[in-house]
Amino acid sequence: MMKKNWKAWLYLLPAIAFLGVFMVYPLVDVFVYSFEEGYNSASQTFWGTGLYNYSYVLHDPYFLQAVKNTFILVIITVPVSTGLALLISVGLNSIKPLRELYQTVFFLPYVTNTLAVGLVFMILFKKTAYSDGMINLLINFFGGQSVDFIEGPYWAKMLVMCIYTVWVVMPFKILILTSALASVPQSYYNAAKIDGTSKWRTFTRITLPMISPMIFYLVITGFIGAFKAYSDEVAIFGTNLNAAGMNTIVGYVYDMLYGDSGGYPSYASAAALILFAIVLTITVINLMISRKNVQY
Amino acid sequence: MNYDKIEQAARRRDRVRRTITYLLLTLWALIVLFPFYWMLLTSVKSYSAYNGEYVPSFFTLSPTLQNYVDAFTTVNLARYFTNTIVFTLATTALMMVVIIFAAYAFARLDFPGKNLVFALFLSLMMIPSELVIITNFVTITNWGMRNTFWGLILPSVTSVFYIYLLKENFEQIPEELYKAAKVDGTSDLKYLFKVMLPISQPTVVTIVILKVIECWNSYVWPRLITDDEAYFLVSNGIQEIRENGFGRENIPAMMAAVVVISVPLIILFLVFHKKIMAGVSRGGTKG
Repeated sequence: MMKKNWKAWLYLLPAIAFLGVFMVYPLVDVFVYSFEEGYNSASQTFWGTGLYNYSYVLHDPYFLQAVKNTFILVIITVPVSTGLALLISVGLNSIKPLRELYQTVFFLPYVTNTLAVGLVFMILFKKTAYSDGMINLLINFFGGQSVDFIEGPYWAKMLVMCIYTVWVVMPFKILILTSALASVPQSYYNAAKIDGTSKWRTFTRITLPMISPMIFYLVITGFIGAFKAYSDEVAIFGTNLNAAGMNTIVGYVYDMLYGDSGGYPSYASAAALILFAIVLTITVINLMISRKNVQY
Repeated sequence: MNYDKIEQAARRRDRVRRTITYLLLTLWALIVLFPFYWMLLTSVKSYSAYNGEYVPSFFTLSPTLQNYVDAFTTVNLARYFTNTIVFTLATTALMMVVIIFAAYAFARLDFPGKNLVFALFLSLMMIPSELVIITNFVTITNWGMRNTFWGLILPSVTSVFYIYLLKENFEQIPEELYKAAKVDGTSDLKYLFKVMLPISQPTVVTIVILKVIECWNSYVWPRLITDDEAYFLVSNGIQEIRENGFGRENIPAMMAAVVVISVPLIILFLVFHKKIMAGVSRGGTKG
């Protein structure tokens, strides 16, 4: 028996070693960093402990801009993408021919490199000296004015960011919702049909309650994912997000760590922990709401 | 009451509803596919033709492959590509070894503290990578592993979620099989590789594909760890191309590079789309 124990730990050793070094230790360390004031990464010294890093981050205009951007992004994209995904999934679920083809096409963005496709979005929206770009032509066609979406006004940049984020997160949501819809027992619908229930009533009284756990799952993961937005922004606006005024909280963390403004792991840690606190709070609130409203 | 008329009206309503549904779905399909079409189209337009169009045209009559030649000669696209392949294969292979042994220990072996250790593992799933990446960056820097493949690979060779997925799968293999193998004098390790892995093959394949996709698209960690172009992955390559590559104006060449980078994953997706979608809906999330 003793020999067997020894063997089991041996099997687990690689996993425990990697998790220990790259997950558990960093988790402790990030708190340590965030309280070390004036940490210098070259000499690895610091002059005190306290809350200075947090106060610095919370007073940094770049951080406040990043928080604002992230919140706007979250508030717009989570409801829009969830609602749109629900609409499309219901549509998908109601058809038979071509359903699989549509499903496959809809899932395509999930596997593509978001940096690469982001570049295409940038070109579609960008206004250059040579051309106003695809999207602007479309706007002109409907009688609107051309806007520079990439280097223009704040709301235009925010709009592109939201559109691209929705485009990126839709595949996952559609996939989850279509499988949730398919798992609602047909007999419920048949019963409703016999009673002559209208389609809308069937949808709100049978379908929605049945898939509400999955909707809440998507809302919760959607919030978490949107709060961590970063690489989609880089794809569209380039690596210098502060200059574009489009930085996100995660982007701020990485900028503090590395790059032109980098070399401050303490500030990065404080910002990351603030982000974590925000995400945790929102998730707890979400869970509390879902406990009240989810039927199952 | 005229039942024929009621039925007819109902049928007409049905037809209208179905038409609207198809229109909506087709519209979304176009929104999804259009960027791909646009990158492909732009990549075969010649530089002068592209910049001469004030109104971009939706097709081209004189496709050229010159941009692809440019993409491979002006910037180091081939290098980024090989780096990514090496990184993806090495990371995935190493991770498979680590998680197969861990899942085996949790599913097959009994040892004191197993449940506690497993619970601790699961709790690690909740930790966002943004929290640990700061220290990992410092660790790898201190180990002198910046701009090396080891530095790129090591932090991502374990995944608690995949250990969990594989363990669940291993546990469904009937106990009798193990006893029969024991009677035949099969060693534990042989049983793992000759019986458990082949039975769990669908799950293993799904995990491999999902990990390959994740590796191919990884951007944040490689960007932190590499500033030497010789170790850039495709995502970093794309950013590099965009900011210093062909000159900001040569968009057709940029799009050719984007096509080259996207094609492997799209092929992988077309071949394995059922497996990928099933795997993701079983509990993957993006990133």
